[in-house]
Amino acid sequence: MLRMKDVSKVYRTEVIETHALRELSLEVREGEFVAVTGPSGSGKTTFLNIAGLLEELTSGTYTLDGVDVSSLDDRARSRLRNEKIGFVFQSFNLIPDLDLFANVDVPLRYRGLSRTDRHRRIASALERVGLGSRMKHFPAELSGGQQQRAAIARAIAGGPKLLLADEPTGNLDSAMAREVMQLLEELNAQGTVVVIVTHDPEIAARAQRNIHVVAGIAADLERGPALVRAPAGAADHHQPTA
Amino acid sequence: MFVYYLELAARSFRRDRALTALMIVAIAFGVGASMTMLTVLHVVSADPIPGHSRDLYYILVDSQRLDSYVPGEEPDFQSTRFDAEAIVRARRADRQAMMSGGNVAIESGRPDLPPFFVSARYTSADFFPMFRAPFAAGAPWTAAEDDGSARVAVITRALAGKLFGPGDAVGRAIRVDGHDLRILGVLDAWQPNPHFWDVSSGRTYGETEQVFVPFSTSRELKLRPEGNMNCWGNEPGPNDNLALDAPCTWIQLWVELDSPDKVAAFHDFLISYSEEQRRAGRFQRPPNVRMRDVLEWLDFRQVVPRDVRLQTWVALGFLLVCLINTVGLLLTKFLRGSPLLGVRRALGASKRSIFAQLLVESGAIGFAGGILGLGVAWLGLFAVRHQPTPYAQLAHLDLPMLGATFGLAIAASLLAGLLPAWRGSQISVASQLKSH
Repeated sequence: MLRMKDVSKVYRTEVIETHALRELSLEVREGEFVAVTGPSGSGKTTFLNIAGLLEELTSGTYTLDGVDVSSLDDRARSRLRNEKIGFVFQSFNLIPDLDLFANVDVPLRYRGLSRTDRHRRIASALERVGLGSRMKHFPAELSGGQQQRAAIARAIAGGPKLLLADEPTGNLDSAMAREVMQLLEELNAQGTVVVIVTHDPEIAARAQRNIHVVAGIAADLERGPALVRAPAGAADHHQPTA
Repeated sequence: MFVYYLELAARSFRRDRALTALMIVAIAFGVGASMTMLTVLHVVSADPIPGHSRDLYYILVDSQRLDSYVPGEEPDFQSTRFDAEAIVRARRADRQAMMSGGNVAIESGRPDLPPFFVSARYTSADFFPMFRAPFAAGAPWTAAEDDGSARVAVITRALAGKLFGPGDAVGRAIRVDGHDLRILGVLDAWQPNPHFWDVSSGRTYGETEQVFVPFSTSRELKLRPEGNMNCWGNEPGPNDNLALDAPCTWIQLWVELDSPDKVAAFHDFLISYSEEQRRAGRFQRPPNVRMRDVLEWLDFRQVVPRDVRLQTWVALGFLLVCLINTVGLLLTKFLRGSPLLGVRRALGASKRSIFAQLLVESGAIGFAGGILGLGVAWLGLFAVRHQPTPYAQLAHLDLPMLGATFGLAIAASLLAGLLPAWRGSQISVASQLKSH
């Protein structure tokens, strides 16, 4: 589903060059639930941004569902992102002046679907996360857990094959966090690949596989760490991450 | 997607009411001020006789003294009566008319309507067909009536209504400066502006003359001419400067020529006429003739008031300042909304989609600014109409200018939105998502 080989990401300014990812190689297969862990500043979020086509990689190759994304232009990347990927963010990132219906509608609008099809998908996604009766509610009228479930509904409305979640339970209490994790697990059980970035060992433990990122290098803990140590100077400068 | 972008624009307006209102007001004032002055410019510089302005020529021959002659210099801007009558009599053009303005007293004979003065034009029969003057009733006089100095007149519908009410005025008599003239025709509504046939009278804009009398008749009846007069040579006495051979220019002379060949032939005729007059001792200078069509003549005489042009530039400069302010406000608005744009990008919007969304929002601001700008332009033109300028009463928004107001508002806002929309579409998605 997702294959990265020797992916590097370097942020350059006039005075500093920051290596956020260093020749990172990993693979996430169909049906997997993977947790990406690592200390702050290790490159987890950069990995997630590149995986989600939100940032371009500096070098290496990245194949998403069989498509080499390295050479795609913005339009093609946006389309691929819209069709294949769903995002769940720590701070939900719902649009405050849109009700839940219109929030879930956002990715579908860019897909160019018919009105009927969009309405069917929105209703189905909100029903799926237990918010079918809250379609006309605005984000501010919901609890944190409900907002995150709405964000998940938005992420899955387009039927993505890959769900990328960046600390999805970071802003929730433990009961709500369990609820959200359960929902993600259910989605995974139905065939959606879930990649979750987390600091929380409890959340990571619920994943089928953990990938540990240290100083921009990944270690696959399921198959034994191919890279367990950062090369000297790997974390000299890095982007602050979640 | 356009409708969706409009919905997003409406939401964005509600989210940032004050900023949006500020931009709408900025565009409205810029567009309103510009459209006020562009409308005035449009009115004062419009083709007064569209479709025919290139066939009508203002004629000048140089009949002045040799002293102080500079080769190539312009002849005086009007003709002598002698030359005008000779050229009209030669009938070398499709149509020809000589004319002068006047101011005459009208006596209605009614106790409820005391005598009053109206502007008049003393001209030739061809004036009416040549300048496409429409008749509501009757017809113009004929060349024979010109030659016979017939006691006839053509009046406007307004004057006919004032004198005779709704009844037919044709065939009735009108008393002009103490002389009874028979009304042959009543002109329908006709208000070409500027009054290109005589731009020296000081009545270049506004209503046309109300009474038209054969030129020959005006001379026999000694009706008073009005306008500019330039005399030279042995200065005639005060009563002689209107005589046929007086060395005074005070007549406007127009001809109609509908092909380049005819124009060239008429030019040759003017040259040979000048040479003939020189041989006869009337002209001292070498042949020096001019033929200008209506638009060339208006341009040459700088009929469009200079202050109108200047004020138009000032208004456009003001629009530019408003646009620059709008660019700044749009930048602020769009960049303040970057986190939401980042969310949209993450959910599948391309940079092009975001650019289009923001540009539609700019255009919608322009549309709203256009509506308000119409109000500002209406107020501006209302103010212009209360100025003591000859063109004041003409300052009205017509349909094309109304459309132009919206066009300018939307074009201006799209222009102002280009940079902010581009910047908005280039945001770093990842960093915006983190900051949201």
